[in-house]
Amino acid sequence: MFATNQSDPKQPEKDASEQRLSPPSANTNDRLQPKSLADLFISFSLLALQGFGGVIAIAQHELVERKRWMTREEFVEEWSVAQIMPGPNIVNLSVMLGARSFGLPGAMAALAGMIALPLVLVLLLGLVYAQYSTHPNVIGALRGMGAVAAGLVIATGIKLSSALKTNPLGISLCIVLSVPCFIGVALMHWPLAYMLLGLGVVACLLAYRKLKP
Amino acid sequence: MSAAPILTMQWTGWLSLFANYLALSALSVGGALATAPEMHRYLVVQQHWLSEAQFNSSIAIAQAAPGPNVLFVALLGWNIGLNAGGTARALLGVLITMTGILLPSTTLCYLVAHWLHRNREQRAVRAFRQGMGPIVVALVFATGWILAKGNGNPATDWRLWLLTAATVLILWRCKIHLLWLLAAGAILGWFGVV
Repeated sequence: MFATNQSDPKQPEKDASEQRLSPPSANTNDRLQPKSLADLFISFSLLALQGFGGVIAIAQHELVERKRWMTREEFVEEWSVAQIMPGPNIVNLSVMLGARSFGLPGAMAALAGMIALPLVLVLLLGLVYAQYSTHPNVIGALRGMGAVAAGLVIATGIKLSSALKTNPLGISLCIVLSVPCFIGVALMHWPLAYMLLGLGVVACLLAYRKLKP
Repeated sequence: MSAAPILTMQWTGWLSLFANYLALSALSVGGALATAPEMHRYLVVQQHWLSEAQFNSSIAIAQAAPGPNVLFVALLGWNIGLNAGGTARALLGVLITMTGILLPSTTLCYLVAHWLHRNREQRAVRAFRQGMGPIVVALVFATGWILAKGNGNPATDWRLWLLTAATVLILWRCKIHLLWLLAAGAILGWFGVV
């Protein structure tokens, strides 16, 4: 279904030589393709295992700079789609990229790569924690990490806020929409569905009005 | 710190857990972490399937580990299963929560990505993408706030709150790998400084 978006996978050497002569983002013919389903699985496993914290940085580095499976322009476009869609951005991106090359099997290979090994690792960490969860030092360490994790998420929110400067809604409307959303979810513990269906729909309609054709 | 609850999970309980995660998946615009407040409300406040400490440590462990942040969902399912009595149920919990949180969103993504890509200049598509911006940012802040509340009472646990505030400032102002900050938090906590 993604075939229209595809360069010829049979000419990787030609693409690679063109790559050296022109900037990496010149056009879609510059990019290479995953060689096989196994290639997709292994590549996304390695990407996932390097992804501590900011996954977008490692994804861009691996997929655009090293593998050259996407041009920079494509990466920006696909990432914005991955963000629009529900679900984890990096998981959505892996599904889209896998599907582009090998259809449904490709999507599943990329998804499996993204999830399988990190899942085993995180469960092992969880097991270790269960065995030592009464150890006062471990309790202390996790409390400390929890406090840091809260700070990391809040700092991410601050960084993302700067992206609202270019939002067509304008900064004051963004504040008017986001403050009640924060109060409802964080302080009042209202269900997320009310926020997305209520404030979210209002926000999209306002954005639609602002984006005159 | 609250103790882990002991549960007797009926199949209806597992089913409603699965249904809840299917719904959360479809709503998880901005990533799974954006739905953490809703998971907290459902799992900790409403159903009492998890303790506050289990919820927070699941997020902390998943953030310390490599891989997508969505894996904290697997740890939440794991802990619910453990509370219900054993490793087999913990694995069932992982299967239910991870399938629930990924199946609708990845299916939808697979089907819609191409259509959205072709229609990305359309006004309605752009309005959706841009309009959700302030909502998504607010949800990230809400997640951070709920995590910070796990620090406890600001009057008595002020050192943890200070650590949270310091982390925000450092990450906001400096280019530093998140792992160093998490390691610093672990060391400070291990030696009882915070």
